[in-house]
Amino acid sequence: MGFKDYCFRKSLWVFHFGGASCNNCDIEILDCLTPRHDLERFGILLVGSIRHADVLLVNGSINRRDRDRLLELYRQAPKPILVVAIGACGCTGGIFAEGNTFAGPVDKIIPVDAYIPGCPPKPEAIISGIVKLAGKK
Amino acid sequence: MAVYLFYFLIFPGLLFMAVAGALLSWYDRKITARVQFRKGPPLLQPFYDFFKLLLVKETILPKHGSRSVFLIAPLLGVFGAAMAGLFILLPLFDIETGFRGDIIVIFYLLTLPSFSYIIGSLASGNPLAAVGASREMKLIISYELTFLLVVAAVIMKSGQQFDMNSIIETQQTGRPFIGSISGVLLFVAGVFCIQAKLALVPFDMSEAETELASGIYIEYSGPPYAMIKLAKYIMFFILPAFLVAILMNGMNPGVNIIWFILKILGVVLLLTLIRNTNPRLKIKQASGFFLIWMNLLVVVAIVLIAFGL
Repeated sequence: MGFKDYCFRKSLWVFHFGGASCNNCDIEILDCLTPRHDLERFGILLVGSIRHADVLLVNGSINRRDRDRLLELYRQAPKPILVVAIGACGCTGGIFAEGNTFAGPVDKIIPVDAYIPGCPPKPEAIISGIVKLAGKK
Repeated sequence: MAVYLFYFLIFPGLLFMAVAGALLSWYDRKITARVQFRKGPPLLQPFYDFFKLLLVKETILPKHGSRSVFLIAPLLGVFGAAMAGLFILLPLFDIETGFRGDIIVIFYLLTLPSFSYIIGSLASGNPLAAVGASREMKLIISYELTFLLVVAAVIMKSGQQFDMNSIIETQQTGRPFIGSISGVLLFVAGVFCIQAKLALVPFDMSEAETELASGIYIEYSGPPYAMIKLAKYIMFFILPAFLVAILMNGMNPGVNIIWFILKILGVVLLLTLIRNTNPRLKIKQASGFFLIWMNLLVVVAIVLIAFGL
């Protein structure tokens, strides 16, 4: 792992995109930043602007309206950017997979680097996924 | 000529200030984490952040707005911060004496980073950045008068001496200015001015992570954002150093360097605790706070100085 890559892996800034989510995954993601789990010890920060993001965190089922927003966000993000699909809806579509407005799981729209399944995934599972992502390559 | 380039670029210039400021910014984040019962980031985290932005990330230019101004503004900010830091640190470390009136030059150069953020964010053409820039302007108008009055009071207290070197020497031969009632009042006003200059939490309405999505920096990515981070790191070191120099005796040679470092860490600890225990103010409240209460405080301090207290 080179110096550039090392710095990138040690300082992942996360932008959170919630699709048509039932909010459980959102709550579990916010749990990761609380004192008990504290993702900042891995250098992970939640940022407010996609321009500063290194990780695009997508949860919730992506419906037809969300798809355009998600694509727009992905195009505006400075590369390299990692995409993480969180929860059953983000990974596969979950119970909405055959819904009328469903526009496909995240990996049909943009390339995904890590899947964290669960409905909702526990904060421990999210941390495990993020650490594996940071150690990838 | 070469020696001045060395001063500007390496010690006590750009490189030294950036490293010291990055370590202080880690200290700030670590204290914040400990206040919230978290573990906090590793020691080299500011360096990872900086090199990631500088080397790895892509720069995205705004479609609407002026691209060249957008890219030059962060460099202007780094230049202003480094230049102000040089004028502060050369007399402070007793390397060069500086010139008569350099405290006024420092005062102007310290405003340059804030101005460059305003220019850069307005050049990006983003509406949220424009809101952030207008708030930053109002904030500058509020705190600059207080900061100028603090500097003027320090000049008055040192017996009408207009250069950093004499102000530090006056304190080292006599006693530090903070050891009097007027000095304590000036220190309180100075700490709040620094808080606003660094855009830390009670006065961070220009970046406002939650409502403006980092406001004035919203369009910056990659190397230009790394330059903004660099300017912020430098400011994080030189502003506490400036306060230590004008009010708290500066730095004596020898073992007293540890004492100087402890003073800087103490000031930064104070800033961090203020930032962790206060909510964000509205811009109107911040203006009122500086224009009425802080100015009143400094005027009282000036009156006390006139009576020799």
